[in-house]
Amino acid sequence: MIRTDRDFYKELYYSMLLIREFEEEVKRLYAEGAIHGTLHLCFGEEAVDAGSTAVLGEADYVFPTHRGHGVCIGRGVDIRAMMAELLGRSTGTNLGRGGSMHICDIKKGIIGSNGIVGANGPLACGAALAAKSRHVRDCVSVCFTGDGAANSGAMLEAMNLAGLWKLPVIFVLVENHYAVSTTVERGSANTDFSVRAEAFGLGCFEADGNDVLEVADTMSRAREYVLSNERPCLVIEHTYRVAGHSRSDQNKYRTEEEIRYWKDRGPIVRFRKRLLEELMFTEEELAEMESLAAAQAREASDHALSQPVADESIGSLVHAVYAD
Amino acid sequence: MIKTYREAILEATAEEMRRDDSVIVMGEDVGVYGGGFGATEGLLAEFGPGRVLDTPVSESAFIGAAAGAAAAGMRPVAELMFSDFMAVCWDQIMNEAAKMHFMYAGDVRVPMVIRAAAGAGTGASSQHSQSLESMYCHVPGLKVVIPSTPYDAKGLLKSAIRDNNPVIFLEQKLLYQTSGEVPEDEYTLPIGRADIKRSGSDITLITYGRMVTECLRAAEQAESEGISAEVLDLRTLSPLDTDAVLESVERTGRAVIVHEAVMQGGFGAELSAVIMENTFGRLKAPVKRVCGAFCPVPSGIELEKKVLPEAGSILKAVRAAVSYKTGAN
Repeated sequence: MIRTDRDFYKELYYSMLLIREFEEEVKRLYAEGAIHGTLHLCFGEEAVDAGSTAVLGEADYVFPTHRGHGVCIGRGVDIRAMMAELLGRSTGTNLGRGGSMHICDIKKGIIGSNGIVGANGPLACGAALAAKSRHVRDCVSVCFTGDGAANSGAMLEAMNLAGLWKLPVIFVLVENHYAVSTTVERGSANTDFSVRAEAFGLGCFEADGNDVLEVADTMSRAREYVLSNERPCLVIEHTYRVAGHSRSDQNKYRTEEEIRYWKDRGPIVRFRKRLLEELMFTEEELAEMESLAAAQAREASDHALSQPVADESIGSLVHAVYAD
Repeated sequence: MIKTYREAILEATAEEMRRDDSVIVMGEDVGVYGGGFGATEGLLAEFGPGRVLDTPVSESAFIGAAAGAAAAGMRPVAELMFSDFMAVCWDQIMNEAAKMHFMYAGDVRVPMVIRAAAGAGTGASSQHSQSLESMYCHVPGLKVVIPSTPYDAKGLLKSAIRDNNPVIFLEQKLLYQTSGEVPEDEYTLPIGRADIKRSGSDITLITYGRMVTECLRAAEQAESEGISAEVLDLRTLSPLDTDAVLESVERTGRAVIVHEAVMQGGFGAELSAVIMENTFGRLKAPVKRVCGAFCPVPSGIELEKKVLPEAGSILKAVRAAVSYKTGAN
């Protein structure tokens, strides 16, 4: 069961707002030419990122994808350090070596966001195996993946391994309609991903990924299921990637109407409405949170821009390849 | 005590498992079956299924899981039945395990070993006989070890397991049943240190793995012809013991590089370049390479022999290098 207090609702709303505002800043900085590298934004998927990370335990491992900003922010990674990383600054989460696709924060259990789609499946199994081997209580390994990566061999192998070894893994399959431009129908012989859970011995949960409360509740139940049954599970989140795939996306494969349809049903507008209409929040309270999130994101980018550009020597970079 | 190479590997693994309970073994048929070449025999009985994990035929999954477990504090030793299968899970090795420490700003360590049977000579044909070490050496973040004797295998495997980086540990199939002295007392050998297996003054044979034996044979033959050949066993390809290579070549003035892997793009090219860059003016002859023929390894007994270097072809290269006269090439 998830909490039903106002603080929790505020936490969820603020988390989504912060993800959105952070990415608005990122988008702006990119347009201004301040960001060297590619970007995969998660506009439209904020509920999945905020809702599923809100109910995790402290010891949990999290393996975000290339589209990982939202998950990292939801998990509580310092957005100043994240922004510094995107801007290639020496105070970035990865010292400016990783960039957008590889945000990492070992203290938050984020052993690293991954640029190879599907490749985080086996790694998540490994972290779960370590937790299981060491009898770490109250620890699950959360592997985010998309409907596209779900068809990679590594992910399918990982699901089988997790099921076979009964590892504490939660595979969060973010069904966001598109793998770059390829629709779910054009990518999967069977578009019902729940059959995979059955095939691989995973528990299965499904949620409206644009409803942050449903996401949080589903994830919370999934986590409880994994810990009490000692069995992995699959959580399918139905959402929509409003953002283009990356900076090169010209939206040739979909219409403006389609994007508009989903924007109108986006997780932030939906939860805002609910907060006002059902959960007794006032317009003022929400407006205050909204401006606070925007200010926090802006402060993060201003701060990051003031940081020194990462400029390690080649000697230092080469030395950093191997651990002592 | 005289032990086989296989026993040395088994002993090293068992000793490290006793010493450190974060060491686990995983791979296809490493349990009851004892591993593809018997190098995990008995581990299941001693350490139980929690630490000796039979995996499904899912190389990406279990090599990746080894990397993930390593990042989360374990020290997995993963056995890939044949090094050729590296291709099946290469993404997890090259894009994940090798890069995590650097890419994640030093916060993540990946202490894992991938043990794999490599090389030709068993008639196992094109998909089970390759020597792909140059591929692994091309990737920053991996260490590549290829021992030639039981003594080296034991000492280096123990170091590999204690190393905080992913180590590719190559065991050439024809070496498993070879034997040699292995001390009873505990010892380790440093990764990244070459070993002179035979001293000489006229020419250096630079090699590793099973070709060390062939080079020693060639050196013996050369001796009877009045040529004093040194055999330098690299033992580790990455990091390369450049000092040892240069020290020996500067002393002898001549080098022949020998490996089973094909010549094109092979590790010999790297060695040759290192030698040229550092000792050009002092070389008495061009560096020569004796390598596998540029074709997949065939299975027929005569065909397989033909494509691999052996003492005879090495000796020819030695003679050519020693008799080389400037302008006479």
